[in-house]
Amino acid sequence: MEETSLQKDSVERPAATPTRREVYEAEVRRRSNRIALISVVSVALAIVVLVPLAPGWEAVQRSFFNGRVFVETFPGLLEAFLMNVMIFAWSAPLIAITGLVIALCRDTRAPALFPLRLFGIAYTDIFRGLPVVLVIYIIGFGVPGLGLPRPWNSPYIWGTLALVLVYSAYVAEVIRSGIDSIHQSQRSAAASLGLSDQDTMRYVVLPQAIRNVVPANMNLFIALQKDVALLSFIGPVEIFRQAGVYKSLYANFTPYVGAALIFLALTIPATRYADYLMNKQNRART
Amino acid sequence: MTAKLSLRGVRKRFDYHEVCKGIDLDVAEGEMVCLIGASGSGKSTLLRCMNLLEPIDDGEIWLDGKDISEPGLDPQPVRQQIGIVFQSYNLFPHMTAVENVMLAPRRVRGLSRDDLRPRVTQLFTRFGLGDRMEHYPDQLSGGQQQRVAIIRALAMEPQIMLFDEITSALDPELVGEVLDVLRDLRKQGMTMVLATHEMGFARELADKVCFLDAGRILEQGPPKVLFSQPREKRTKAFLSRVL
Repeated sequence: MEETSLQKDSVERPAATPTRREVYEAEVRRRSNRIALISVVSVALAIVVLVPLAPGWEAVQRSFFNGRVFVETFPGLLEAFLMNVMIFAWSAPLIAITGLVIALCRDTRAPALFPLRLFGIAYTDIFRGLPVVLVIYIIGFGVPGLGLPRPWNSPYIWGTLALVLVYSAYVAEVIRSGIDSIHQSQRSAAASLGLSDQDTMRYVVLPQAIRNVVPANMNLFIALQKDVALLSFIGPVEIFRQAGVYKSLYANFTPYVGAALIFLALTIPATRYADYLMNKQNRART
Repeated sequence: MTAKLSLRGVRKRFDYHEVCKGIDLDVAEGEMVCLIGASGSGKSTLLRCMNLLEPIDDGEIWLDGKDISEPGLDPQPVRQQIGIVFQSYNLFPHMTAVENVMLAPRRVRGLSRDDLRPRVTQLFTRFGLGDRMEHYPDQLSGGQQQRVAIIRALAMEPQIMLFDEITSALDPELVGEVLDVLRDLRKQGMTMVLATHEMGFARELADKVCFLDAGRILEQGPPKVLFSQPREKRTKAFLSRVL
């Protein structure tokens, strides 16, 4: 009886009179907020005041932050960005599937499937070892050079394929690390129930592995979204190339800034979301 | 009395450390055998050898008069007959309790969810989990998870059940509900081998208790005899520590 009344008391007290601890912590919190605010304001002030003092500031402002050029080119940039979105939209699922297949190839243990394993290893080694832009050049210019009939000679197709090839290698490695992260006891439990190796992989290991690597893969896909711009080097008029066209037209760099803003509008929320997922997972694990 | 499961001179080595140093053991149909002994004495490894999760290095294991330790033999049919429950439950965390239980019967024995539903529901109800079937493992207490793990093994209708210290990871107040499940199985005449630290439970229900020490069965016999008049000095020392 006495114990319950004590507990009740300790629960209700914070509402009425804060404890010494709470008073202290509130004070510390207020102080840190004050310091953070002062520090942010002074850095911002320094930038606003000091940067315009630079000798070239006027010229930079004119050629990078030109309001008129921005307004005139922004709709065109947005339209060109649709091309990026389209390339992304059809390469992302292909990458996910190819990455999974390659990861499974590397994990095969049956001797008859050894060539598959070898292929998986060679694939990831080669495509992770090459700069993306080099693969895009070689495939994007090389394959259409074979003289294939339309539309198979389009750099749009082969450039995208180059992205698929490279990113699949990274996704495969991420998935494989996810497979490795599943504790041996899960496989033991599956084996003890008489499940075959394939069923163990399909129903027990993979679903958990894929879930574990969702945040890491999201980061890869955010990087992919940016690397779509590399296709501009071989032809497709996506946002980066369109910005280049505008730059020449207006003799002004503002379109690049516009393009940057469009990328950020997409990638910042996406990275935040990936971080959120990652944190959620870390919390779930502890 | 022909044994359901017989071990003859079973040896198991991990690298240079020999965990089982020639073990002979007979388990008769419907019998409950308890393996006791200090941590590291080889109890768990012995159980894992019995359902071929670990290949043995030497010796033989016979199930129903068939040598199942033959190298190269397909372990899957054997594992369907010998179920095992682990200390750490090892439920599949991404599946509900009922999906955990149904996975192996569906994939290995080709039964449909509808075929399984009545019997699985009956198992859950019997072990007091009728209202927990659609819960995920992390929504269940340790004791509930361990009961699901037992149901999962039972759903394959094994002839022998192995239990590897299944109450060791549980909070003391949850041990009872899991032991009740074992009592129930015992009543039904299930053939069981347990590695356990629950001496009271072993004394109450076991037909035979084996004391393992450094990879050997040092002494075995009915619990009454072994607990009250141990012959070996080391058995005495162990029992005086745990009783």
